[in-house]
Amino acid sequence: MPDPGLTLDGVVIQRDGRVLVDISDHVAAGEVLTVMGPSGSGKSTLLSYIIGTLDGGFDAQGRVVLNDTDITDLAPEQRHVGILFQDELLFPHLSVGENLAFGLRASVKGRVARRQQIDTALEDIGLPGFADRDPETLSGGQKARVALMRMLLSGPKALLLDEPFSRLDTERRDQIRALVFDQARAKGLPVLLVTHDHADADAAGGRVHRLG
Amino acid sequence: MLGPVAAGVLGTLAPAFGYMPALGGDGLTLNAFEMLFDWPGITRASTLSITTGLAATALSLLLVALICAAWSGSRAFRIIERMLSPLLSVPHAAAAFGLAFLIAPSGWIARATSPWLTGWDRPPDLLILQDPYGLSLIAGLVVKEVPFLLLMTLAALSQIRSQQARDTALALGYSPVTAWFKTVFPRVYAQIRLPVFAVLAFSMTVVDVSLILGPTTPTTLSVQILKWMNDPDLSMRFLASAAAVWQLMLVVGALLLWRLVESAVARLGRRWVASGARGGATRVVQTVSIAAAALSASAIVFGIFGLLVWSFAGFWSFPDLLPGVFTFKTWMRHAMNLWPIIIETLLIASVATLVAMLLTLACLEAEERHGIRPGSRALWLLYVPLIVPQIAFLTGLQTLAIFTGIDGNRSAVIAVHIIFVLPYVFLSLADPFRAWDARYGHVARALGAGCDGVLWRVRLPMLLRPILTAAAVGFAVSIGQYLPTLLAGAGRVQTLTTEAVALASGGDRRVISVYALSQTALALLPFAFALFIPAIVWRNRKGLRHA
Repeated sequence: MPDPGLTLDGVVIQRDGRVLVDISDHVAAGEVLTVMGPSGSGKSTLLSYIIGTLDGGFDAQGRVVLNDTDITDLAPEQRHVGILFQDELLFPHLSVGENLAFGLRASVKGRVARRQQIDTALEDIGLPGFADRDPETLSGGQKARVALMRMLLSGPKALLLDEPFSRLDTERRDQIRALVFDQARAKGLPVLLVTHDHADADAAGGRVHRLG
Repeated sequence: MLGPVAAGVLGTLAPAFGYMPALGGDGLTLNAFEMLFDWPGITRASTLSITTGLAATALSLLLVALICAAWSGSRAFRIIERMLSPLLSVPHAAAAFGLAFLIAPSGWIARATSPWLTGWDRPPDLLILQDPYGLSLIAGLVVKEVPFLLLMTLAALSQIRSQQARDTALALGYSPVTAWFKTVFPRVYAQIRLPVFAVLAFSMTVVDVSLILGPTTPTTLSVQILKWMNDPDLSMRFLASAAAVWQLMLVVGALLLWRLVESAVARLGRRWVASGARGGATRVVQTVSIAAAALSASAIVFGIFGLLVWSFAGFWSFPDLLPGVFTFKTWMRHAMNLWPIIIETLLIASVATLVAMLLTLACLEAEERHGIRPGSRALWLLYVPLIVPQIAFLTGLQTLAIFTGIDGNRSAVIAVHIIFVLPYVFLSLADPFRAWDARYGHVARALGAGCDGVLWRVRLPMLLRPILTAAAVGFAVSIGQYLPTLLAGAGRVQTLTTEAVALASGGDRRVISVYALSQTALALLPFAFALFIPAIVWRNRKGLRHA
């Protein structure tokens, strides 16, 4: 029976014999699971494990299954799991448009077609004509929107959020938060949000898993 | 890195004990050593090697410590920091020539003070250059080693959060200099110990600077070894090898002595820290250290400026401050000879730097991909070619090369240059490479880029500036190599450095200046590139302006 969504099957991550993360859960398509815990509780470690960039110093076991495919042993670039960090991490050597092009799937062929899709994407996030801008000249909220769009253009099948709203001021935060959750719901993506901010959890509206 | 050094040392050891079948030596004897200790200059040459080495190292370290203690965090310190790279890149030989032309009896200092102060109306008959105690040699070494040690200290300071420790001590009522020496210096020293060892070994065994500034009768041991090496009588090679082994033993002895003094100073230092004494002659240390730093930097700057004036000088009589006539004659006359040498020098430096850069990037990237955390032992490995005296293993390498027939061409020179360029390129690039925010890589991977994609499309472009800077350092190191070029090239490969130093004995200041200036320009050029290329390529990228 096909079971779309992100499944964490007995994931346990330890460091020096101390258990940091112990979670088994299923996030259905379009659902948001919030993982809460104080800093240092291993929230980000869990996300590293899911995207496949966990440092060798950790001892991890358990399976990660995405839409019925076991992705635990795949290379990070083959997992199709998108991630947003607290910092936007726009590549500083690329323009805004090139950043989006970096994300845009290679299956979109042709310079014109790719350029068109990027222009449309910029309009969708309210930044028309920003393609040639230096990302460093953007405001915090604008950067956050570009980072979100860059990830969405890569066609992810799940969304991981590592406290992505904590750097924004209150007003922007609500706006960006709504944008992210709306997009995820519209595309039917399972979302895993880690945060220490209750407001984030409330806005997400889904179940909450506590760590630490 | 160990391979060539070990092979070289072996190649030195064997003939030292009489084993060199090609020259009829096939037994183990101590004849060569007996010859060495019968040589009348041996005591004097050995003593000189030890005293100049220890004095130059101690003075450089003291000066660097005083500058940091008195000035770190200030505006003056940032100016000093900015001057470091260009000062560092000036080749040893060029700096030594510049200094020589300043302090010689007919040099700029004498000219500036004559006759109104000194009463001289012709150059005095004083043995300032090549003085028997090696004082001018020590001065020449100090002006070049201070920038190197300072750079190493700056890197160490940024790693240990020195500002916090010092501020804490200040809040406890310590004066700034005392606070720095009591809280920061012990930890900094632990980090710069290897560079200090490298400076000591280098200063004891340097050849090119010693040929220009060092005493002549006798010379320092390393210069004498080179003379024996180049003796047409091949049996002198046994003697040269024995002397190289003796030189190596002297260096090991000096390093051990340094270690002993280190622990004695540490014990006294602990007592001083525990005493709780808070005062300190802050003003005095500030004045003395900035004056010494200015003196050391201006020795190089005015030295180079002096070379410039000499290279364009027509008739220049004593005690005139400037030549009566400026002319392009010297440059014109040597342009034809200069070009092929410049091309050769550039070629060798470019290939050596390129290879060293590729090896460095491969090492650092492998470290990253396989999660290797190199320990302090790996660092020792990098420093081996910098601490084992060049004269000790290069003589051996040359001996091996001659009998395998691979000496005397450009590839041999390049191969030997890589041994010395690689550590510097690695040390310059490792910190910025490792400090790069790995999350950029994670984001790129999550967006579908593979390992290689991350490296070529994200990491290397973002690290453009440090990569070019490291390349410039490697380039300057290659340009400055004297002994490796001379020995691996068997005297047949000519670079600006070998030619400039060869001119030293002739004493034609105009020609020397032309060669030394060309050498300096070649070494400085890549630093200019490292500054301007990123500024142009990333002119619209604010986020990379200070990367």
